[in-house]
Amino acid sequence: MSSGAELSDLVGAEDAANTEERGTSLWRDAWHRLAKNRMAVLSAALLVVLTLAAFVGPLFLTHSYETQNLHLGAVPPDAQHWLGTDTLGRDLFTRVLYGGRVSLSVGLCATAVALTIGVLYGTISGFIGGKVDVVMMRVVDIIFALPFTVFVILLMVFFGRKFLLLFVAIGAVQWLTMARIVRSQVMSLRRMEFIEAAQALGLSRLRIIFRHMIPNALGPIIVYATLTVPSVMLLEAFLSFLGLGVQPPMSSWGVLIKEGADSMEEFPWLLIFPGLALALSLFSLNFLGDGLRDAFDPRAAKD
Amino acid sequence: MSTSLLDVENLATHFPVERGTFFKRRIGIVRAVDGVSFALRQGEVLGLAGESGCGKSTLGRTILQLIPPTSGSVVLEGRNLGRLRGRALRRARSDFQMIFQDPYASLDPRMTVFDALAEAVRAHKKLARSEVRLRVSKLMAQVGLLPRAAKKYPHEFSGGQRQRIAIARALAVEPKLIIADEPVSALDVSIQAQIINLLAELRRNLGLTLIFISHNLSVVKHISDRIAIMYLGKIVELGTPAQVLEKPLHPYTKALVSAVPHADPSRERTRRRMVLPGDPPSPINPPAGCRFHPRCPFCVEACKAQIPPLVDWGDSHFAACIRIPEIT
Repeated sequence: MSSGAELSDLVGAEDAANTEERGTSLWRDAWHRLAKNRMAVLSAALLVVLTLAAFVGPLFLTHSYETQNLHLGAVPPDAQHWLGTDTLGRDLFTRVLYGGRVSLSVGLCATAVALTIGVLYGTISGFIGGKVDVVMMRVVDIIFALPFTVFVILLMVFFGRKFLLLFVAIGAVQWLTMARIVRSQVMSLRRMEFIEAAQALGLSRLRIIFRHMIPNALGPIIVYATLTVPSVMLLEAFLSFLGLGVQPPMSSWGVLIKEGADSMEEFPWLLIFPGLALALSLFSLNFLGDGLRDAFDPRAAKD
Repeated sequence: MSTSLLDVENLATHFPVERGTFFKRRIGIVRAVDGVSFALRQGEVLGLAGESGCGKSTLGRTILQLIPPTSGSVVLEGRNLGRLRGRALRRARSDFQMIFQDPYASLDPRMTVFDALAEAVRAHKKLARSEVRLRVSKLMAQVGLLPRAAKKYPHEFSGGQRQRIAIARALAVEPKLIIADEPVSALDVSIQAQIINLLAELRRNLGLTLIFISHNLSVVKHISDRIAIMYLGKIVELGTPAQVLEKPLHPYTKALVSAVPHADPSRERTRRRMVLPGDPPSPINPPAGCRFHPRCPFCVEACKAQIPPLVDWGDSHFAACIRIPEIT
């Protein structure tokens, strides 16, 4: 019996050696699973292309986003202006790329702000519980009760009209729901036996939170994050419409779509192309989000 | 007294029943564990049996300081665990581990077997990566898991295999005391024997000291050196399996033992069941005096007045009943 045990010891050591290389298994396995998901990979690639086009693309363009050509007026797409021009004769392709800078950065940055604050706040509130939890959640309720527009106007009045403030303002509202979702997840996880087992092992609170709680709460977090991006982009359009966001001649997808919608009967391309850009990026984000959620859940693996 | 590994003295765990978030009003106290004392020698296996809600799981968790005790002391190798706080308590946890009832809930679904065991191995020791690997594969072999299981996630295993993983995790920190809280009750009967045999084998090879909690007397009998029977937060009888199961002293133990069916049909036919009336009372307002008196067929006035102490009735066979001389 002893020789058999020794043999399997050696085999086991070798086998485990192949298993562990770098990082934790969850993240590495998630990466492998994500790489196998064709829709998710395609979406990620498309997002990269869109982002590169928006941030690097304009360097190679001949048209300026602000130069008007009133003689031209609104012309349909042709070889000169790939996506046509708007009513003031500005090249739409250039304007869509520049608009993408604003929309993508607002969408991703504000979501990142919301994600960070929401996850930390929700985890702390749910993990500590008791009176701390009650106070923290009432604070969320109070901020929720503030009218968003008033809140943004107040911010603008105090801090001046800065682009960065747009991220903060939108992120400051979006983290509330995130915090509530994370809190409820953490509260139900806290009573799970594997968390008790981790405590019984003598692991530190931080380790329990980061190694056991957050990975297990990841599914809803990712899904909600991908839902936050489009709502943030639409909020930005709304703020710009009120004159609190980006100002003309600068533009964003939300603003372009709004302008396009005003003249869609005569010049439909003004609505179609910015709309397409927004739709494409949102679809990609959703597929990528679904892919990420499945990748982080070992039980969702088909093989 | 220094011969014992674990000394539990007058341990009590009470849960306040409160209403309101800010202005809490106490509307009652659940006396889940109420004055439990026993001692455990190095290498001994104590079976802890009793019906659901009698406080056996709470007792286990209180000994391991997963639930803070209300009063009393838990002394492991001369160290009072109840006094430890924060970092000191976390460090001490390598001396005592728990095996949980439900192997489906006690393993993190997002950690591979290797990661879960490696985390436990590293919890109290700084080890090089190669040493961790070696320890993990040793542990897996010890509990009878194949090496290729290391890369898999808990959901890819059956209940019995998961319980083996959980046992390996408990062994990873090289504890002196393990409390197994109903480790087989969530498993198929055919698998239960395997896990019990594994625990018995590990105990022989590693000299483990074990508290084995179960509501199943046949399971407890199989593995224990001594058996403690709990009723409503108190130990009512304590002795060797032969003493407790063959010659029970306490009326509650008698009823419990009479409920176990025999495998032999001729003995089963003559088995006399002792049926207790009613349900166990709520531990929120336990009955005065002997807690068993409302259901006890031998109850007299004195039983309602005084709490019977746990007394040695010969050969270290303890029971908490004042009427034993008259009813046996």
